[in-house]
Amino acid sequence: MLKLKFSNRMFQYANHLFLSIVAILCILPMIHVLAVSLSSNYATTSFLVKLWPIGFTWDAYEKALNSNNFLVAFKVSILRTVFGTLISMTLTMLAAYSMSKDNRYFRGRTVYAWFFVFTMLFHGGLIPTYLVVQKAGLMNSLWALILPVAVNVFNVVLMMNFFRGIPKELEEAAAIDGAGHFRVLFTIFFPISLPSIATLSLFTMVFHWNSWFDGMIYMNQANKIPLATFLQALIAGFDYTQIGLNPSDLENLSERSLKSALIFIGTLPILLVYPFLQKYFVKGMTLGSVKE
Amino acid sequence: MKMYFRKTWPLHLFLLPSVLLLIVFNYIPMAGFLIGFEDFKPWLGILKSPFVGLKHFKFMFNDPTAIQVIWNTFIIAIFKIIVGAIVPFAFSLFLNEVRAMLFKRTIQSLIYLPHFLNWVILGGILTDLLATNGLINQLLEGLGLNRIFFLGSGDWFRFTLVTSDVWKEFGFGTIIYLAAMTGINQSLYEAADIDGANNFNKAIHITIPAVIPIAIVIATLSLGNILNAGFDQVYNMYNPLVYQKGDIIDTYVYRVGLLQGSFSLATAVGFFKSVIGFVLIATTYKLASKYANYRIF
Repeated sequence: MLKLKFSNRMFQYANHLFLSIVAILCILPMIHVLAVSLSSNYATTSFLVKLWPIGFTWDAYEKALNSNNFLVAFKVSILRTVFGTLISMTLTMLAAYSMSKDNRYFRGRTVYAWFFVFTMLFHGGLIPTYLVVQKAGLMNSLWALILPVAVNVFNVVLMMNFFRGIPKELEEAAAIDGAGHFRVLFTIFFPISLPSIATLSLFTMVFHWNSWFDGMIYMNQANKIPLATFLQALIAGFDYTQIGLNPSDLENLSERSLKSALIFIGTLPILLVYPFLQKYFVKGMTLGSVKE
Repeated sequence: MKMYFRKTWPLHLFLLPSVLLLIVFNYIPMAGFLIGFEDFKPWLGILKSPFVGLKHFKFMFNDPTAIQVIWNTFIIAIFKIIVGAIVPFAFSLFLNEVRAMLFKRTIQSLIYLPHFLNWVILGGILTDLLATNGLINQLLEGLGLNRIFFLGSGDWFRFTLVTSDVWKEFGFGTIIYLAAMTGINQSLYEAADIDGANNFNKAIHITIPAVIPIAIVIATLSLGNILNAGFDQVYNMYNPLVYQKGDIIDTYVYRVGLLQGSFSLATAVGFFKSVIGFVLIATTYKLASKYANYRIF
């Protein structure tokens, strides 16, 4: 018995150690980037920096934040995230409400359901989608970043499953009082499902903030691209003139620390919402998937 | 019937905007696969461009580059699917043994994080870390090993893609297993304790059998990704040195189609991918619903 306990305790120690190492490996790269972004030219170009800044300096951040192009891209990202999320969530709520109705009451639901789900199964592919956006006259418009991704069928399904869990009695009582579908949705379903809405909104916000490919193909004016696309272009082929810097600005600053600073600034908004995300997403993830 | 419609018309109205958007941005592009059967000229449009039948498909299956690209996609994706199925499952088993809640939650917070960062950011970080004089190679050298050309040699590049993808997503993948594990009836463990079972016995005989069904459903559904090797990741990490073994269908379609303007060939390759994907997803959903009672609706 004593032996068993001992081996058990050894396992617990080893397990904690193992888990800690893996978890640290998950954030170590981010720490390295932060350290590089805060280090001096010499330390970064000769690859001396490990996990702690050497020759501490804020230079890279100063240069990055003073760059006009960077701020413009930041603004585009904010706009697409705010409007993209608002529109997407409104559509999700409306669609999920209708889809949560019973087949016998809402005939046509099955047709709609297949119509939605089929888009998850089959994709038109990059070229046709690109041509549609182009033909619709959305090139260089913020709408190109919002409308094609506005209907997220997966979110509609999650929301629908949540709505179906709301007791029928609530709705029936409201209907007897003469409430129509609009009133039921906005005065009963909406307040009850605020936590789910928060979860899906956060996911949608992160999605918009992180999207870069649409910005790259649909936007060909420098002042229209979102931050993720801006960062992508900078990281892929570094060109300081893109952020409006002169070669002389780089005397004390290495390309590498500037890049790292940009990466870190791009990550920061996600890190800021991360605590909120974490509070909700576990619930959100299991909301539709584990069903009894 | 009239009464009925008066009651349900708002439901149709609520669905209308979504339906319209799906038609424009999903269904019309689906019809766009016709471009793959034409010699598409942008100035002629889809209706007037000359129809050429299977020309582009014949070209694709005779073109060594296209075949290599399809093969690369398959190899990279299948490794991601297999390793990506095993690691979260195994890791949740270890995490499930932790009794200290604060420690468990801290670990979870750290391992979920990479999931929320995009490949632009992670690609930037990883290309820096994995560079020939980057941190990882400094470490290898410190251990007396040779430096590795992670992003410049084809096989190592594939290895890097799979490893970094699993690194990014495994934490998030544990959520579903941990949720399932907390749902296991505690009295099973108590009974096992009385029988003198240790942690290992309990994991083998209680936890694993309880979670295996979910693991199988997830693994089955992920087979739908067999031609999804991850555009974002590859695009942000590859370079011409590794095209031979690292170029995948999506990056090929983007380069050939949008950069070189061969719309028809790119659409044909994309259509091939969509059809395979469709067949696989439909089959795996069918299997999952038949054998595991999995339903999306």
